[in-house]
Amino acid sequence: MKYLPTIGIECHVQLCTKTKLFSEVDNDARGKEPNSCVSPIDYALPGMLPRLNGEAIRFAILAGRAMNCKINLHSRFDRKHYFYPDSPKGYQITQFYQPIIGAGYVELPSGTKIRIEHAHLEGDAGKLTHFDTYSLVDFNRVDTPLIEIVSMPDIHSAKDAHDYCKELWRLMCHAGVTYGDLYNGNMRFDVNISLAPEGSKELGTRAEVKNLNSFRSVERATSYEIKRQSKLLDQGKKVVQETRGWSDAEGKTTGQRSKEEAKDYRYMPEPDLPPINLSKEFVETESAKLPLMPSDYRSAFSDAVKPDTLEILLDYPQLMQKLGEIASPSHLGHTSLRSSVPRGFQGRSAKLMVLDGMASTISLISNLFTSVLLAEEKSAEYLNDLPSAKDLIELAEMNEKKELSSTATKEVFLKLFDPQMKGRGTKNIAKELGLIQENDLGALEKIVDVVLAKPETQKAQNDFKAGEEKVIGFLVGQVMKESHGKANPGAVQKILRDRLSK
Amino acid sequence: MKIANKKVTAERLVKDALAKAKHFADYNIFTFLNEEGAIKKAREIDAKIAKGEKVGKLAGVPYALKDNFLSPEGETTASAHILQGFTSPVTATAVAKLEAEGAIMIGRTNLDAFAHGSSTENSYFGPTLNAFDRERVAGGSSGGSAVAVALDIVEFATGTDTGGSIRQPASFNGVYGLKPTYGCISRYGVVAMASSTDCIGFFTKTPDDMDLLMSIASGQDSKDMTTLPDYYNTELERSHLGHAQGRSPKLTVLDETSSSSISNNHKASGCRVGIIKDFDNDSVDAEIRQALKEKCELLKSKGHEIVELEMPSLKYALSAYYIIVPAEVASNLSRYDGIRYGFRSDDSAVLDDLYDHTRSEGFMPENKRRIMIGNFVLSSGFYDAYFLKAAKARTLIIKEYEKAFSKVDFILTPVAPNPAFKLGEKVNDPVAMYLEDVMSVSLNLAGVPGLTVPAGKTKTGLPLGLQLVGPRRSDKNLIEFAKELK
Repeated sequence: MKYLPTIGIECHVQLCTKTKLFSEVDNDARGKEPNSCVSPIDYALPGMLPRLNGEAIRFAILAGRAMNCKINLHSRFDRKHYFYPDSPKGYQITQFYQPIIGAGYVELPSGTKIRIEHAHLEGDAGKLTHFDTYSLVDFNRVDTPLIEIVSMPDIHSAKDAHDYCKELWRLMCHAGVTYGDLYNGNMRFDVNISLAPEGSKELGTRAEVKNLNSFRSVERATSYEIKRQSKLLDQGKKVVQETRGWSDAEGKTTGQRSKEEAKDYRYMPEPDLPPINLSKEFVETESAKLPLMPSDYRSAFSDAVKPDTLEILLDYPQLMQKLGEIASPSHLGHTSLRSSVPRGFQGRSAKLMVLDGMASTISLISNLFTSVLLAEEKSAEYLNDLPSAKDLIELAEMNEKKELSSTATKEVFLKLFDPQMKGRGTKNIAKELGLIQENDLGALEKIVDVVLAKPETQKAQNDFKAGEEKVIGFLVGQVMKESHGKANPGAVQKILRDRLSK
Repeated sequence: MKIANKKVTAERLVKDALAKAKHFADYNIFTFLNEEGAIKKAREIDAKIAKGEKVGKLAGVPYALKDNFLSPEGETTASAHILQGFTSPVTATAVAKLEAEGAIMIGRTNLDAFAHGSSTENSYFGPTLNAFDRERVAGGSSGGSAVAVALDIVEFATGTDTGGSIRQPASFNGVYGLKPTYGCISRYGVVAMASSTDCIGFFTKTPDDMDLLMSIASGQDSKDMTTLPDYYNTELERSHLGHAQGRSPKLTVLDETSSSSISNNHKASGCRVGIIKDFDNDSVDAEIRQALKEKCELLKSKGHEIVELEMPSLKYALSAYYIIVPAEVASNLSRYDGIRYGFRSDDSAVLDDLYDHTRSEGFMPENKRRIMIGNFVLSSGFYDAYFLKAAKARTLIIKEYEKAFSKVDFILTPVAPNPAFKLGEKVNDPVAMYLEDVMSVSLNLAGVPGLTVPAGKTKTGLPLGLQLVGPRRSDKNLIEFAKELK
């Protein structure tokens, strides 16, 4: 029988706020000793009370707006209870009853819209490492702010599940609310999958695959579940409502615990935190700080950048912001970076437009980004410190004026990322490297004349005059050699033909 | 309050207090005596005084700290086995404020474990004895603190009041005990019982001492998001007084130049004092009812008006309280799991056993009772029927108080239905024990302040106390008006 899969996805996003959700301890534990970013509040000493981090509220507003969501002016926190060593308080502070982010939608590159049910703020748990006879716990991650994004069951294929997760990741990265490092669990996905006979109005029993941390594993696990459940249904068996784990190595899901033995979390309003009441003005002011989103770039760059190139570049908010700056000066100079994360740019209130004459520049730079920069071994490092828009615009101009050959353009482009060269200006770098093409016809003519006067070129000259076209290449080469590579070969050929036809 | 100066040294005050504490050792008041630390601090203050340097408003004043306040001096145990061995790296905001003014903690006082109880019998360290009758309970949960002040060991003691834990022991031992408005004093660093009703307060021998402590300890704290902006030291006009019936304020500032202490600055006259009809019945001890009547006569003679109030919603207070509070208790006690600090049972092969054994051995029976009630009322399927309903009853009670305070300035009630009872009399009857709180818990649910005022003694010599209740933020007025009851 044919079945229609119905898929809903819950996604946890770690926010890159400066401090934790409920304490004033450093929220960036990357590369730090276990248990070095822990305050008495995170450690849940007796008598410790949560202190709500205002930045997390602002990030939640940005995240919500990135997904076209309504921001709820009134929201509050609740306690979700469970015992586990990764949870020092014995409960997680979350938003069960009244979340801060209401309904919205995410549009996939294909144009499909996936509705968002809601999203809420909550604190992350610590991390356990198990050994033979004991386990160790690291509380650094405790109460790192998370937003949990809950989609409507609008997804019907493994591919769309993949694309939805990837688009969410891009939205959150462009909004600047997360480091977006999937390998380190900055975003984690729980996928709910159920199958129903095609045409049926009722949904089937769902299974939930938890804790997926790559788009590929979302796609593979979803495909696997669709196949597994189809087979069960074909055999007349029932799908058990349960949580399943995904093994990337084995390429399959396995049952963990069924909902029958599901935990009772005993939700309760968090009495240590007053409700969050936001003013309309505050939400508007904060929403206006949302940086440009993928949809803004898609519509602005549709002519200048090939769709394939654009989709690659959209994975790199820094590069897109740079292209945005190049495209229109109103977006210039508003980037501010905290470590690798772009934050607090000019909002998208000013519509992104490609100014007259900038399309070819955008086209060239975007190609350089994909074919040269991203191919570099050090590209990840380079992304954190991009050259100025001014330098890149100058590079494109020199290329256009043929002052730089295409090879020289690539070479100078890479030098713009070199910490030693930074800030010297494109022209100076090109000059220092001796890469500027000689375009001055008078100067070129002089070099040509020098070459034509050389005895070793006499035979070639005679051969060309006798109609042997291809020797022109040899002559151009000699001129290039004489000019130390700086001559514009096109111009040289023109002068040579001119001279030899006389 | 005796404050250290050139003639009376802090060291003398502290040593006297320590000597008295030892003298009364068999009352089981203290869980820890801070001998070394207190004397060291006293000497530091004396050195400052000798050099003529500025010292705080509580310079060298010995005080007792209820053992559920965190400070690095001594173990903070909350009189619970499960916290044994726990020394806090942090200091509670209230403690920090008192010590910044030079107060010196001479010891930590006994309480019902985690403040669960009304007699201090639920302590891991055993009961504290009543200051007036050693066969009777100190009241609770702040029993040790009340007795420390009643026996004149210290000038004042800190307490916490979640449902009467300051007011009832104050009444049982004949001292003043204030439960301030919810949010007046920071709860940061105080072992939580029930977050939405916990209040930090004091035991003192006089209303003026209470005022001084309140002026020091109150105020907003960025570490406790439920604290109110400081009103205690700023709302000099006390404008809500006399708002009832649109009358003009009755406490008037006589001397605006000195506002540091309210003593003699204000004079109360012509206030309206409410008494609650429903509390005048046989379930309340006859001598207490008599004391209330006498105080009403006294107030009338001073020109105040007594108004009978009907507050029918208060009958739901005890039931609502024993749903909301256990729910928060169960939640707040979740952190005591033996993983990070305090007691851990050795006898555990797997994680579930570790939780199971640690919590079974580490909590007192009353702790467990409240955890079970709390988890029950929060469990899926029961939340709406219990917790949500109790929350609605709480709203009714808040409104009932608002309505009452549109008619009267204060309400005067008994604190508890009886004077101090015998040790062991109620400890095996939880419901009888919970009924001790019948007249005190509604204040915690409504967040309004209540002050226990001594009101004579029974024929057998046990102290009697009455509870003066005011609207939210009227703490200063309560303290001032308490003088009218003398």
